[in-house]
Amino acid sequence: MAIINNRLTAEQYEQNFSDIHPPFDSREAALVEANRCLFCYDAPCIKSCPTSINIPKFIKQITTDNIKGSAYTIFDANIMGAGCSKVCPVEKLCEGSCVYNFLEELPIPIAKLQRYSTEKAIEHKWPLFQRKPSTSRKVAVIGAGPAGLSCAHVLSREGVDVTIYEKESKGGGLMTYGIAAYKVTPEFCEDEVNFITSLGGIDIKYEQELGRNVSLAELQANYDAVYIGIGVGVARQLDIPGEHLLGVEDAIRFIYDIREKGYPSIPVGDKVAVIGLGMTAIDAATQAKRLGAKEVTIVYRRTQAEMPSTEVELNLAKLDGCTIIWLASPKEIIGENGQVTQLICNVMELGVPDTCGRRSPVETGETITLNVDMVIKAAGQVPYEGLVSSHAITNWNGKIAIDGSCATNIPGVFAGGDCVNGGKEVVDAVQAGKDGAKAILGFIKSERANE
Amino acid sequence: MADLSANFLGIKSPNPFWLASAPPTDKQYNVLRAFEAGWGGVVWKTLGSQVKNVSSRYSSIDYGGTKMMGFNNIELISDRPLDINLREIAECVRLFPDRAMIVSLMADNTREKWHELIAQVEDTGAHGLELNFGCPHGMTERGMGAAVGQDPEIAKMVVEWVMEKATLPVITKLTPNVHSVVPTGRAAVEGGTHALSLINTIQSITGVDLDTFVPNPYVAGKSVYGGYCGPAVKPIALKMLTTIAQDPLTARMPISGIGGVSTWKDAVEFMLLGASNVQVCTAAMKHGFRIVDDMIDGMNNWMDEKGFKTLDDFIGKSVPTITHWEDLDINYHIVANIDQDKCIHCGLCYIACEDTSHQSINLSFGNPFNTYSIKEDECVGCNLCKLVCPVDSCITMVEQRKGDDYVNWKEFQRRGLPLNDH
Repeated sequence: MAIINNRLTAEQYEQNFSDIHPPFDSREAALVEANRCLFCYDAPCIKSCPTSINIPKFIKQITTDNIKGSAYTIFDANIMGAGCSKVCPVEKLCEGSCVYNFLEELPIPIAKLQRYSTEKAIEHKWPLFQRKPSTSRKVAVIGAGPAGLSCAHVLSREGVDVTIYEKESKGGGLMTYGIAAYKVTPEFCEDEVNFITSLGGIDIKYEQELGRNVSLAELQANYDAVYIGIGVGVARQLDIPGEHLLGVEDAIRFIYDIREKGYPSIPVGDKVAVIGLGMTAIDAATQAKRLGAKEVTIVYRRTQAEMPSTEVELNLAKLDGCTIIWLASPKEIIGENGQVTQLICNVMELGVPDTCGRRSPVETGETITLNVDMVIKAAGQVPYEGLVSSHAITNWNGKIAIDGSCATNIPGVFAGGDCVNGGKEVVDAVQAGKDGAKAILGFIKSERANE
Repeated sequence: MADLSANFLGIKSPNPFWLASAPPTDKQYNVLRAFEAGWGGVVWKTLGSQVKNVSSRYSSIDYGGTKMMGFNNIELISDRPLDINLREIAECVRLFPDRAMIVSLMADNTREKWHELIAQVEDTGAHGLELNFGCPHGMTERGMGAAVGQDPEIAKMVVEWVMEKATLPVITKLTPNVHSVVPTGRAAVEGGTHALSLINTIQSITGVDLDTFVPNPYVAGKSVYGGYCGPAVKPIALKMLTTIAQDPLTARMPISGIGGVSTWKDAVEFMLLGASNVQVCTAAMKHGFRIVDDMIDGMNNWMDEKGFKTLDDFIGKSVPTITHWEDLDINYHIVANIDQDKCIHCGLCYIACEDTSHQSINLSFGNPFNTYSIKEDECVGCNLCKLVCPVDSCITMVEQRKGDDYVNWKEFQRRGLPLNDH
């Protein structure tokens, strides 16, 4: 067993990482589905979208060949509507509440239709939005992820000049760095960021990290308000023996490298264990398989009923040939010569429900041993507790505390997205950015009134 | 198995499905294919003086993803030489003696021309003649087609010329491009026609190209009004048919029903409203002749289910149910009912009623699914909610009579009964 890169041919990589949700081939194909939409009133799909995209409206606009209007309807509610059409777990959001489900019929492929309109807008660089005249107000946004970009776009449309400080060399945040490449390509992510900033009034300063290249105090001094959208950081530690061994990887780092360095250069084991069963775990497991790992085993300490991943995602892993072991919790990683050779797991059973109503796994006393040469940790991500605390920002285990108007404990400093909620979907972060922008606009207005 | 054989003016056909006079019946090749596919008869595309066609010729309306919901054409009568048409008609009659062969005619507007044409056509062995008084484009400018059908006096005169000469049964085809088809229908009867057929196509513009700004169909930067047909015209055709079936004079005539017949159900509806058979064009032009299979099969199964042994058992059966508005029973009252187990929470009934009808549906907000229920006291029983509901029999209309006795509007006024209070 060995962890090696370059396991496949160029054609195999190409095939394994091609778009998993192909777009409609033609207008006619899109119209077949768009015409199925019932145009519900007070539609359940809208209410199930965290950004409340007017879905029946944008679909109706496809049927009337008003694709510009359709794209505007989407982007007006969700400026990352193109990316969300590829990464949203729609089966538990819009498509999951499509009324066709009651008829045991396939729901409207909302995501695919959303992609149809938004991709045209991005491809043709349609100038769908106009900035209001500059108000000469300035806002700093920390983090060019979904929350930060969404916040910046709303602010800039209202005539606010926005500067985004981004620690990476590209914008997009989790979309660019944290999602399987077969869902969104790096090229797409770049186009999406460019589409957002094409509005004007948004200046992204790359490789500028809070606490390293730029300080909160400095931003507070130079801007009318600050929005923090820094997301969450590295994967949660397992806190078990052997975690330091070579071959133990952080899923976020693993996915980041795949997207940054190119498929052939990413080493992967023969037999890989993935810890956890959220979206990131699925993305890590499937991509390990697609990079050429012979066996990939997902280890989850609860059962399918409690998994954070959707069934669609789980099926993706199963179809890729990944094995899932339910009710198994990592106990120890064994190594030889500093290299992972085995993962020992406690066999669990479900106990009484916890405060959230999820039944907690408890050890049975039995163990199982997996022969593996690579362990990918994907049991959730940890907020930047040290960074947040060092700036005296009130937080809950690193998650920034905000009030009903997105304000932190520091006047003029607002926050939203994963750094507040601990890690949810891209679409949730986009809505958080909109909420933050609205709060900041109110704050700026009241400040001006007080001047 | 029901007996689908039809007898129209003594012209027999194995089923009541004829192809209308139109492009599909333009030549031997098509007609033989139609007969092989099972069509009961054809009305050969209109013969008359020599014409020339243009391209393009057709345009259509798509609706909600369905192609050719409505169809129009600017083709003229047959543009093939008369002698070829006559030879081919004779050949088709020889090869399929059990099928009906009617020939549509539109002679130049003189007695001699009509007589001459009739003599030539009768020599082919065809079983009947259909007089084209309806073509709405191209021929009208020459005083033919709809120009004849729109003027009862002229129509009567031409029918009289025809009847002087014709030995075969004569069907007069009516144009719908009039405020009522009855006057021309009566004129044709008075002129001696043996039967009527309706409707011909309706003058139309199907749409305008939003890039060229020229209406469809496009002919070198111009267009003309075309004849509209297909599923979109069926309701208009049924209404016009019924007026003919109810008029005391025209009701004596056998009627061949035309206008958007696409399925056996359409055909049954035409026949229930007084047509003895039907003629089909657009549906065949969209799908080919194979559609006749299900027309035959579907009508057969329906007749068996209803216990009808022959077509005569149901032809005209619905005609008496079309009455005058003032004879309708005002005490008949229905209210909508929503089956909550079937409801899919689309809200279409609510918004239709709330915005455009009688605000008779309650909305109880839910996340994400709202619940809808009927305010029975407000409901006027208009059917709108039921019509927009995408789920079969989710919304039903339940009878809640206002009184046991039949009360029409005249009686209602006479008794001084209370009007609506809203």
